[in-house]
Amino acid sequence: MISEIIYFSVFVAVGLTVVVLMLGLQKLLQTKRHSDAKLSVYECGNIDVVSDPRIQIKMRYYIFGLLFIIFDVEMIFLFPWAVVFKSLGLVALIEMLVFIMILLLGLLYAWRKGVLKWT
Amino acid sequence: MLTSVELVEFAAKNGIPIWALDASIALVLALAVFSLCGLGVIVLVYMERKVSADIQLRLGPTHVGPRGTLQLIADMIKLLSKEDVFPKHADRWLFRLAPALVFIAAFTGLMVIPIGPRLVVQDLNVGLLYVLAIPSIAVAGLIMAGFGSYNKYAMMGGLRAAAQMVSYEVPRALSVIGIVMLAGSAKLSTIVDAQGFWYIFLQPIGFMVFLVSTLAEINRVPFDMPEAESELVHGYSTEYSGMRYAFFLFGEYIALIAAAALTVVLFLGGWHGPGPELLGPIWFAIKFFGVVFVIMWVRWTLPRFRIDQVMDLGWKVLLPLALLNILITGIVMSI
Repeated sequence: MISEIIYFSVFVAVGLTVVVLMLGLQKLLQTKRHSDAKLSVYECGNIDVVSDPRIQIKMRYYIFGLLFIIFDVEMIFLFPWAVVFKSLGLVALIEMLVFIMILLLGLLYAWRKGVLKWT
Repeated sequence: MLTSVELVEFAAKNGIPIWALDASIALVLALAVFSLCGLGVIVLVYMERKVSADIQLRLGPTHVGPRGTLQLIADMIKLLSKEDVFPKHADRWLFRLAPALVFIAAFTGLMVIPIGPRLVVQDLNVGLLYVLAIPSIAVAGLIMAGFGSYNKYAMMGGLRAAAQMVSYEVPRALSVIGIVMLAGSAKLSTIVDAQGFWYIFLQPIGFMVFLVSTLAEINRVPFDMPEAESELVHGYSTEYSGMRYAFFLFGEYIALIAAAALTVVLFLGGWHGPGPELLGPIWFAIKFFGVVFVIMWVRWTLPRFRIDQVMDLGWKVLLPLALLNILITGIVMSI
């Protein structure tokens, strides 16, 4: 367990070092010429931003986020069940079916309510 | 896995703590994986250019190096010498951290993928869960890039990326449950060893769901909504240039490597093939490039979907299909 965590941290550290090194190399090699227009936000020919881009976002994103959490938790339950499925057999299958059916009913309800429609 | 008995004894004799031994071996392996995937990115970018050129009846890169093989090196030098533009209103930390997060998330995911018998950095017991979970941290990087840029296109690109990747995460993970049931383990090397008969034949529905949602997960065309050029300029990476942009590109290609390698491991029998065990990595490479070619072929054949079509496909087609796959597998295995 400890050794696995060490490996993971070393991988993250190596990735971070690569990023820092490459950005440092770019700092050495780049030619810097400042101009206001270059630093301005990319929009259709405006000198500055017309309005704040951090607007209120669509409600849909939030609902899909909620649905994702529900099914992601279901997935976490399914993984250990699948690993030991061979030794448990039919009873485990039926139990898991009940569990999935409840969630599937929820998805069907969301579908019928029109929550899954994007527009 | 490489910690041999002699090494441990040597460390004990000289008073080197075990964690230091582990860390130094991990460092060597991480550098090896990094150079391997760097090489992989060079090969894949060249392959992408040549395949796309071939499909569109063009020649592709021809000038830099023999047959244009050094084109990516030239591109890298160009990106390195570019000015590090930091937009006026951008958020300092979000803007800087985003490319690093995308790159590191993709790179760390490669840790558990076995490319040959015992040729794996860390063969985790939960390897499959790890390789599904860690690379998808990149979503956070994409949102950070979109939010930090203070740009409308980037903001929308980041949000779409989040919605799409999150939606396809579910069918992707559910489609491999069938494999875990058959192999009785989530350890990737055990899954490979269990495939006397390739899982693509035992799990055809699972394979299709997995391939389609993988395409969406790594933002490849036809699912490249987050950076749809025709509507969003370049999505979340609109404001990026130079090396920071290059890291997004790296992240994307490393994610492609990981996805193709995972497809080979899960469905195509990994390193198994005729001939001695020593040929394992070669068989793996052949299958790997086959899968990559199919992914590129799809990219240059199909037009882009609309965002509502993408969401519909994920929730109304792939998710029920993945659940159906689990049901069928369970029933067949119980009988």
